[in-house]
Amino acid sequence: MIDTERRFDVLVIGGGNAALCAAISARRLGASVLVLEAAPKFYRGGNTRHTRNMRCAHDSATETLTGPYTEEEFWKDLLQVTGGQTDEALARHMIHQSKEMLTWITEQGVRFQPSLGGTLSLGRTNSFFLGGGRAMLNALYRTAERLGVEVAYDAEVVALDIRDGVFLSASVKHAGTTMTVRATTLVAASGGFEANIEWLKQSWGPPADNFLIRGTPYNKGTVLKLLLDAGVQAVGDPTQCHAVAIDARAPKFDGGIITRLDCVVFGIVVNKHAARFYDEGEDFWPKRYAVWGRLVAGQPDQIAYILYDHSSSTLFMPSLFPPIQAPTLRELAAKLTLDPEALEKTVAGFNAAVRPGTFDSTVLDDCRTESLTPPKSHWARKIERAPFYAYPVRPGITFTYLGTRVDRQARIVMADGKLSSNMFAAGEIMAGNVLGKGYAAGIGMTIGAVFGRIAGQEAATRARN
Amino acid sequence: MHATETLNEADRLMVVCNSCRYCEGLCAVFPAMEMRRAFTSGDLRYFANLCHGCGACYDDCQFSPPHEFNVNVPKVMAQLRLESYAHYAWPGACAGLFQRNGLVIALIAALSVAVFIAGFVAWSDPGALFAVHTGPGAFYRLMPHNTMVAIFGAAFLYACIAIVMGLRAFWRDGGEAAGRDFAQAGHETATLKYLDGGGAGCRDSDTKAPDNRRLYHHLTFYGFLLCFASTSVATLYHYLLGMQAPYAWTDLPVVLGTLGGIGLLIGPVGLLAEKGKRDPLTQDSSLWGMDVAFLAMLFLTSLTGLALLGLRSTPAMGLLLAIHLGVVFGLFVTMPYGKFVHGLYRYAALARYSRERRTQTD
Repeated sequence: MIDTERRFDVLVIGGGNAALCAAISARRLGASVLVLEAAPKFYRGGNTRHTRNMRCAHDSATETLTGPYTEEEFWKDLLQVTGGQTDEALARHMIHQSKEMLTWITEQGVRFQPSLGGTLSLGRTNSFFLGGGRAMLNALYRTAERLGVEVAYDAEVVALDIRDGVFLSASVKHAGTTMTVRATTLVAASGGFEANIEWLKQSWGPPADNFLIRGTPYNKGTVLKLLLDAGVQAVGDPTQCHAVAIDARAPKFDGGIITRLDCVVFGIVVNKHAARFYDEGEDFWPKRYAVWGRLVAGQPDQIAYILYDHSSSTLFMPSLFPPIQAPTLRELAAKLTLDPEALEKTVAGFNAAVRPGTFDSTVLDDCRTESLTPPKSHWARKIERAPFYAYPVRPGITFTYLGTRVDRQARIVMADGKLSSNMFAAGEIMAGNVLGKGYAAGIGMTIGAVFGRIAGQEAATRARN
Repeated sequence: MHATETLNEADRLMVVCNSCRYCEGLCAVFPAMEMRRAFTSGDLRYFANLCHGCGACYDDCQFSPPHEFNVNVPKVMAQLRLESYAHYAWPGACAGLFQRNGLVIALIAALSVAVFIAGFVAWSDPGALFAVHTGPGAFYRLMPHNTMVAIFGAAFLYACIAIVMGLRAFWRDGGEAAGRDFAQAGHETATLKYLDGGGAGCRDSDTKAPDNRRLYHHLTFYGFLLCFASTSVATLYHYLLGMQAPYAWTDLPVVLGTLGGIGLLIGPVGLLAEKGKRDPLTQDSSLWGMDVAFLAMLFLTSLTGLALLGLRSTPAMGLLLAIHLGVVFGLFVTMPYGKFVHGLYRYAALARYSRERRTQTD
């Protein structure tokens, strides 16, 4: 039960990685902390429950990391995936702070393991949680509760009393009633608005109805909206998000990791008119998986089909649903309700453009197409060996980038450019400061943990003074 | 499609898990699964026996109930383990003994005790059962040594044959291993390497109570081995040194038996208590009969043995000897048809896993 009589030093809204890092670091500085998680206990933690690793800079190999990953290399990777759309000072600060994070988060009970099957390409740069994101969350919650952080589930913030950039109190729907919770400082760590289809439609239009949401239905962005309405400065483009192409048969919400497909680079991808629309072999999959959600979102009816043949059938990680298969392309087209002639024509055109080469999925090989638009730059092999396979894919939205602008102390910046005196933000709700577009595996967790820890410390210091 | 619902459910779960793989650092089940893209019934039974039921994967799973994917690996693997014991049981006609196993074992044990008491009454001299017998050969005045050896030798031999035949059937489902794999599996069995959720402990929920299953299992397992060693040493005393039981408190068979017996008192009680503390969602309570029956048999073997030791120079000795022998006989004949087999199948599964892992990385 939430103690409404009490005025907490720090109110943390949200229940994921960023929220818990904030709560723990604030509590460790002696602040009284209340965490409000909108979801029921099982679904606690927003997208953190579906994560499995965190990208942190480190100068040497560790027990679980195969080699060094310097701040400079991290920065270059970020620069590349965002195409320069990032706040350099803030991003560099985060990258620098990420170094300590590996030790700090371990001290909070989180355990790491070496990267094993299917993720070896990230074994140097990304630290994998033993047991995955929910195990990480369980560890953080155990630590928070042991330290005396109070946590309320099914506690949705529906209004914020903010005057002249100062947070005063929050209205919370909890246990069948709406109550007022007071606190000296606020840490907003309640994620993006990816599960709020109506909001997505405001910028995406009707296509958003065809998006699948990879996390829980609780990531509605209510607090983000309340903050923006109260005069907080927005950062980021409302259509930008971390989106991948996932199996179209996945549930609308919370399908998580198991509906992702890693076979794009081994075949071709066609839209509902059986036409190709992007270079499937542009780069290694871990560097390209995050562009395909947006690509499919741009196709008619937001649907596409990954096509490959028998020679590639075991080259990638298995996925939840079996591929649709048929002995001929025509029959496959019928099962996919594509025009058989158009599909045969596309595949024939592709096959004719494939140049001879030595196929090697571990390098940027010389198997490519010639005089084909769009080209396939690597791993291009003729699609000719029956049976033929296909996966239908739709955009799977992980999280949105529109957020609240913050400074290096994770302090919220108001629309007039002034700093809020007692409001902080961490995690996806402010990811847009670092990620203008694009994504690099594990960076969402870095943003959450680093800014969560900073926000907690700053909020606690402010509250205690 | 597999032959049973449990196999189909295990297959469904392994497809989910193989698409996720977040649990690959927790135990041997998930790395073994990752070596395959499709699963035969034999593969699934092998996974089930690799699973130690620690439960860490359930607490860590983002798809466990109430999620619609309903992923509950510990529970389904426990169900499949039981099904696999029945599937591999020898002779096949005895597979049914795994149904309502608790009741079956209780009945056999009770019957066995009753027969021993009746036998003692029928065959020993009138009044001998409640007389005080002391000194070397005291037990054999109630039951001749050769008769005892014949009865227990036969029961033990039968149990060994039945267990070996079951293991043989399990192994034929895809097992392959070399000497070093058996050594590796021995090490993993002796230390219960996989009963700790990959190092973080079995329990990863919010429960604060520590999970002491590994400690209690060690007490039970090593207690059992000490008791077995006690009997073996006693056999050597009898045949090599010509020394007849009962032995003095300080003699090796009694020391080993007493230490083992203490382990077999504490271990099974502790395991039962831990069982009650577990998340009921990860358990299938209909399988408890088998677990409880085996723990009870071990506990009773120890309790009656220690009672016999303590009261062997009193008139209670005769009856206690009959009860103890009845319990031990019951334990022996039901070994192939109860929880006892879990250790052997798990050991074999670990040996198979050791080889698979080795040949994968070679």
